[in-house]
Amino acid sequence: MSNELTLDKADGHTPTVGEPLLQLSGLQKHFPVMDGFLFKRQVGAVHAVDGVDLTVHANESVGLVGESGCGKSTLGRLVTRLYEPTAGTITYAGQDISHANRKQLAPIRSEIQMIFQDPYSSLNPRQTVGAIIGAPMEINGINPPGGVQKKVQELLETVGLNPEHYNRFPHEFSGGQRQRIGVARALSLSPKLIVADEPVSALDVSIQAQVVNLLQQLQKDLGIAFLFIAHDLAIVRHFSQRVAVMYLGKIVEIADRKSLYESPRHPYTHALLSAVPEADPDDNRERIRLVGDVPSPINPPSGCRFRTRCWKAQDKCATEEPPLVQLSGNVDGHLTACHFPEEGGLAAVPEQRDAE
Amino acid sequence: MTTQAKPEETAAPGGSSSFLSVRDLSVRFSTEDGVVRAVDNLSFEVERGTTLGIVGESGSGKSVTNLAILGLHNPANTEITGSIKLAGQELVGAPNRELEKLRGHTMSMIFQDPLTALSPFHTIGAQIGETYRKHTGASKKEARERSIEMLTKVGIPQPTTRVDDFPHQFSGGMRQRAMIAMSLVCNPALVIADEPTTALDVTVQAQILDLLQELQQEMGTAIILITHDLGVVAKTAKDIMVMYAGRAVERGTVREVLKTPKHPYTWGLLSSMPNLTGPVDVPLRPVRGTPPSLINPPTGCPFNPRCDHMEQVIGGKCTTERPPLAPEAGHATACHLSAGQKQEIFIDQIQPRLG
Repeated sequence: MSNELTLDKADGHTPTVGEPLLQLSGLQKHFPVMDGFLFKRQVGAVHAVDGVDLTVHANESVGLVGESGCGKSTLGRLVTRLYEPTAGTITYAGQDISHANRKQLAPIRSEIQMIFQDPYSSLNPRQTVGAIIGAPMEINGINPPGGVQKKVQELLETVGLNPEHYNRFPHEFSGGQRQRIGVARALSLSPKLIVADEPVSALDVSIQAQVVNLLQQLQKDLGIAFLFIAHDLAIVRHFSQRVAVMYLGKIVEIADRKSLYESPRHPYTHALLSAVPEADPDDNRERIRLVGDVPSPINPPSGCRFRTRCWKAQDKCATEEPPLVQLSGNVDGHLTACHFPEEGGLAAVPEQRDAE
Repeated sequence: MTTQAKPEETAAPGGSSSFLSVRDLSVRFSTEDGVVRAVDNLSFEVERGTTLGIVGESGSGKSVTNLAILGLHNPANTEITGSIKLAGQELVGAPNRELEKLRGHTMSMIFQDPLTALSPFHTIGAQIGETYRKHTGASKKEARERSIEMLTKVGIPQPTTRVDDFPHQFSGGMRQRAMIAMSLVCNPALVIADEPTTALDVTVQAQILDLLQELQQEMGTAIILITHDLGVVAKTAKDIMVMYAGRAVERGTVREVLKTPKHPYTWGLLSSMPNLTGPVDVPLRPVRGTPPSLINPPTGCPFNPRCDHMEQVIGGKCTTERPPLAPEAGHATACHLSAGQKQEIFIDQIQPRLG
């Protein structure tokens, strides 16, 4: 096998803290919609991800929030190359992996790992915990010093499980413990980037906090970069240094967490934040009630995609798509895609638009 | 539709003034491994036109309690003791024929996952109308009109055409609206909402909670809102009951429980939730450990294996004696710590964490 076939492992030129590890540019994923009798032909496409630019630096956690159906999970799967992008590029540690084939990807796959949402369906019920966590090492032909079993037991200890549970099956564990097994599996190849797709949303509040603390500890200790996908804005704020807000396949606002949560400029970010219920009876923030649902990604609205639910929408929004740029008055790196941005600061709340 | 006579509403014999009164309710399931005490000596009351929020982890008995109210447990392996009185009528041990008349008519339920709770083979209109026809004997045409009226009420656009749609043609938020329409079609006096917004996005969650509140004000329904999200109850409920291992550990008004919580478990729940304004670089403070087995619950206070304040109790009663929910009325907790200790710990240790 010639060496040209595979991409290099990033070990030689590992990006250090602050350097870009993963770069997405103009990334698109369209799923075809087929119709027709006998002869199927494509009649349209679901624009799941439609032109996303995003950079994840080494040892950084980037949060990705948005409503269901906005394409955040698809984006996560594109990054791990479980999907083939329709257009755009994915650059990992300086190498273009957007259309790399299975063989070329092999050395990089071990560096990008994924933690799945549902700890019940993401673990094989017929395999023992040892087999589940050891599988990535076996597949990649890695023989850690002291053997696979020793490594697995170390990993179990790292994620706060008893190493003696090596021979148990997933059904013997609770939801939080299962999610820890999923984390241990993702860690088994010492990844540099972990895509965590709603890792805690299936868990109870107290267990959720345990897993978030574990992930945060691992990020600090092992220097792993995270793409943290979630719909819970409070958890994303707690976990991620930078946060991107997605709406219908596009990023509408991205900023460091302080800037985004304290002075959101995009009306959608503002509405999302105002809808988060806080456990405080004196919480008098005004709520912006968004009307209706997310439009269909098969026929996304022209111009700005949020205009159908936006209370500020004008004619310009329907004709011209707002670019993702840094608006005046924003700190560096705070990009917003809106023609008529908010003033910033949660105090300025516009009047809500009534239901039609 | 306020003309329907509800004879059981008019009088409340038995002296109890509350609309729904649950007294010493215990629910036990016999399984191969032993008897599961899912609910153990639970008492609470709900007044007409108010909302009670029941908060707790999975397996704390929230849903089991409410299925017991509706009489939906399988009598073959379930033992229910105690008393559940709905407007004076005893529901524990009532014949199924009686309960059938009440379910959907006087009391109804909104389920968590509208996709599995709705039948994929029947139109939305047929499913809403079915309940109405069963309880009022209305014709198909009347039921359809009533369905359209309900869909309008819950804010579904173009109800006259959407009434003939199937559930898969609705989005998640609209399905939950249809579920609400279905549960309110006979103007029930009690609605049990079991995690009605857990499967929904925050923006849709806000819409649904507002809708429930509006409908409650309009119709004076009593609502039991089951959730694990303290944020959801903060806005919508009047009273909160925190459940742990099948028992109530804290009970009071929303303000009392969220502003001056007194039970270590409530403290744990509050400090394990990140919020939008708190400090970000400190780790969360979850309740350590996992919920207890309900087959062999810990002796004494069921929370003792996870409690951080056990050594402060004089005499070590936590492992031997089960604390009662005291006082009888008002803001009550089931904990051996003295009132002064609770206040001290909360102000010194818990409040700073909450930000």
